[in-house]
Amino acid sequence: MQSDRQEQQLKFTRRALMMGVGGAAVFTALGGRLYQLQVIETERYRVLSEDNQFNFLLTPPSRGRILDRFGVPIADNRDSYRVVMIPEQVGNAEEALDRLGNVIEITPEQRDRILRNVSRAPRFRPITVRDDLDWGNFAAINLQTPDLPGIIPEVVEIRDYPSGEAFAHIVGYVQPAPEADAGDDPLLRHPGFRIGRTGAESAREDTLRGAAGSLKVEVNAFGRVIRELPEQSNLAVPGEDVRLTIDADAQRFAYDRLEGESAAAVAIDVESGDLLALASTPGFDPNQFVTGISQTDFNALNQNEFRPLYNKALQGTYPPASTFKAVVALAALEAGVVSPTERVTCTGSIPFGDREFHCWRRRGHGRVNLRDAVKTSCDIFFYEMAQRLGIDRIAAAARQFGLGSAPDIGLAGVSRGIVPDEQWKLSRYGQRWAQGETLITAIGQGFMLASPLQMAVMMARIASGRSVSPRLYLDRPADQGQELVQNPEHLDIVRDALRAVVHEPGGTSFYTLGGLGVEGVEMAGKTGSAQVYSISAAEREAGVRTQDELPWRLRDHGMFVCYAPADRPRYAVATVVEHGGGGSRAAARPARDILRFLIERDPSGAGPFTQNTDEGQPT
Amino acid sequence: MAVFRETVPRTFQEKLFELNWSVVLLLLLLGTVGVGMLYSAAEGAWNPWASRHFIRFGLGMVIMLVVALFPPRFWMGMAYPIYLGALTLLVGVEFIGETVNGAQRWLDVGPVRMQPSEIMKIAVVLAMARFYHDLPADKVNSAFGLLVPAFLLGAPAALILHQPDLGTAVLVVVTGAAIVFLAGLSWRIIIGGAIAAAFAIPAFLRFGLEDYQRRRIFTFLNPEDDPLGAGYHILQSKIALGSGGLTGRGFIEGTQTQLNFLPEKQTDFIFTILGEEFGLVGGLAVIGLYALVLANSVAIAASCKSTFLRLTVMGIATTFALYVFINVGMITGMLPVVGVPLPLISYGGTVMLAVLFGFGLILGAHIHRNAEPPRGAGLFG
Repeated sequence: MQSDRQEQQLKFTRRALMMGVGGAAVFTALGGRLYQLQVIETERYRVLSEDNQFNFLLTPPSRGRILDRFGVPIADNRDSYRVVMIPEQVGNAEEALDRLGNVIEITPEQRDRILRNVSRAPRFRPITVRDDLDWGNFAAINLQTPDLPGIIPEVVEIRDYPSGEAFAHIVGYVQPAPEADAGDDPLLRHPGFRIGRTGAESAREDTLRGAAGSLKVEVNAFGRVIRELPEQSNLAVPGEDVRLTIDADAQRFAYDRLEGESAAAVAIDVESGDLLALASTPGFDPNQFVTGISQTDFNALNQNEFRPLYNKALQGTYPPASTFKAVVALAALEAGVVSPTERVTCTGSIPFGDREFHCWRRRGHGRVNLRDAVKTSCDIFFYEMAQRLGIDRIAAAARQFGLGSAPDIGLAGVSRGIVPDEQWKLSRYGQRWAQGETLITAIGQGFMLASPLQMAVMMARIASGRSVSPRLYLDRPADQGQELVQNPEHLDIVRDALRAVVHEPGGTSFYTLGGLGVEGVEMAGKTGSAQVYSISAAEREAGVRTQDELPWRLRDHGMFVCYAPADRPRYAVATVVEHGGGGSRAAARPARDILRFLIERDPSGAGPFTQNTDEGQPT
Repeated sequence: MAVFRETVPRTFQEKLFELNWSVVLLLLLLGTVGVGMLYSAAEGAWNPWASRHFIRFGLGMVIMLVVALFPPRFWMGMAYPIYLGALTLLVGVEFIGETVNGAQRWLDVGPVRMQPSEIMKIAVVLAMARFYHDLPADKVNSAFGLLVPAFLLGAPAALILHQPDLGTAVLVVVTGAAIVFLAGLSWRIIIGGAIAAAFAIPAFLRFGLEDYQRRRIFTFLNPEDDPLGAGYHILQSKIALGSGGLTGRGFIEGTQTQLNFLPEKQTDFIFTILGEEFGLVGGLAVIGLYALVLANSVAIAASCKSTFLRLTVMGIATTFALYVFINVGMITGMLPVVGVPLPLISYGGTVMLAVLFGFGLILGAHIHRNAEPPRGAGLFG
């Protein structure tokens, strides 16, 4: 019995020891496993832990500004007040919106959008409740924040166009990148990030954008940011400012002067080619596009007969009409097909081929020399010059003076216009050139088309005698070009004639303008008017005799090109008033006023207002 | 009714003096580690876990001492009633239990919410120890000696598995098997049983498990296949442990823990926090504490004269060892995620009380190691 018990106890002890050894083995295995994880593989898990712990948040760069030549901001960044909601902090989103609705207005549509976003996004991600609040509402929310958990008023940077309309066409606007362009670029996909969509904002996107930074943040398992680590982050590189050659005051003046018309004006420094004003009316408010324009507003802009979204100064093309005569006159002199004193008789019309070609002045100008012909804009004289020069030489002159090709000013959509010749007509219409077409080309009609910018360049080249190129950005080199004439006297003759247009009785602008209106400074100019519609015999009988009696869209386009001072030219201006009617009156007065504005701003004539600028202007 | 006769009656103070103080000290250290880790799990706060853990631990230590002072004959007498009570509670859970995380484990008894399966772990040990105590040694391998333990073990295991709680069921079965082994099961039956199990286990995996349990086992095999799904827990735990390195990131400095990458960090994954914040050194130290507790327990068992006490001590020690092994094995990716807490360190009241109750029995066995209670004449006389 006793031995039995001892044997049993021994057996138990043996088996207990076996279990103890087994247990020790198992615990050793645990220790080994820990050693494997924590010593052998620790590096791998440390990396995984870092991946878990840290995230990089994209920080969009601050966009460069667009400044005028003096540094006045045209496109700037301003603080925008908005209010966001963090769903996980507000609890019930609907109740939170009810409470917030007592402080600021939340429309049912906004409410639906917010609740939709809340249900879709992770609950720690902020949802925009209202954008671009005014200060009053923003202050009211700030006051109430203790009672509005999870509702956060924030200040963000948003694009601002302080004098919107006048610059809308040059500067353009920014908008969120369209889905197709955004691709996988995280910056373009960043909410609130906007890229240039039109104008200089788009053309100089690379300069203005800058580079996104990344902010290292510590996140928890739900992706919520616990801590920001700016010292371990790459800061965003802000975009660079872009300086335009535009003079903001001149631009605004030009825009205001043309307001109410569907018109364009271009002012240029004839020596440097700097564009001082590029106005197109009516404009639009680019700020509307930044924050999201309503469909109604957009339709209103799009359907407006005056086409506010269209940049007429660059994109619009019009027959240059009689403004082209200065170029033809110069070409005739240079080609030696006419002498300054030779007279051509104008009887009001000449027969050519099987039809009559009329002068605008039905009763004729009598015997006119070249100077008279420019001054009075005699068509018959230029029909004669056309026959002597031939279309090739006319076209060559037109191209020399900047027509027929799009000047590269660094904006999209600049029109080429048309300088027709035999080759052009053959390839465009598959027809041979008709000799009569040479005649109407010489007076800037027919197939010929030019933008207001090209007309301004044409005038700048006549004023300077050099092939100056227009320039819009100060960071681009100015191109003063080559001498354009072989004999400077020819240029003097044409310029003298252009002065006479304004200053001498009989000049086409003598009665409408009579001068620049600045003591001791004379100007030179040339009128033009492009027929849009011929008043028919039937209408003439029904009493419609003048342009003013026609519907707006059928009236002639009026245009005027000019420069000043007449003796040592510095500024040139071209204006086109669509359907301005009644000859060129509608275009001449604004052009003269813009020119006077520029001259008065630069009384010394030293160049485009180099005074008061910190940085030297390459003029 | 079995009656113990103590050869030398001892006073309360004498018994307290005989207490195995090294085991008590080791348990105190483990409880302290638990309080510290729960303080860290709450990102350095006493609430909600550390303070309550502390209180429960204190209460549990008192219960442990009280249990230790009762003579073995008392617990022998209570073995079957406790077992039947626990079985009743388990059946009760089946019908009126509370469902938490898809498993019906909890029973609301007035103000106390408890897990009868935790009580059953102790009850099975007591009942089987009593059974073998009463059973003559030559009957261990008889049909009677095999079927009764099979029922004592099978009934609660089936009920627990049905909750379903795979971890606890495995724990109960393995503990019971250890007692049967220690009671003297013949090697022939052991080998035969092992072969039978080799066939039974695949069948069980296929038909005996809930979907989520099966998925856990499969993701255990390759957790990184599905890092955001079911393998997430294991992967995050391994990342935490691995990034802890040799010496850890420091107290309350574990990023995985503090940034909530760990699930159920206050219960099943508490060792992960330890490993992340104190590294291999901390982890081995705690495993060492457990090993010392177990070594002491085996020594106590070996010193006991009665079968009841020997089997009780070894049974409870086995349960305790399994807790540690399954938990650490699980959080290190060696075993499937089966939801077993780390004794004395994980947050959880029932487990804490059950474990300390069990150590009360172990300490009691040490105090009464020389007691030789007669075979019971009761049920199986």
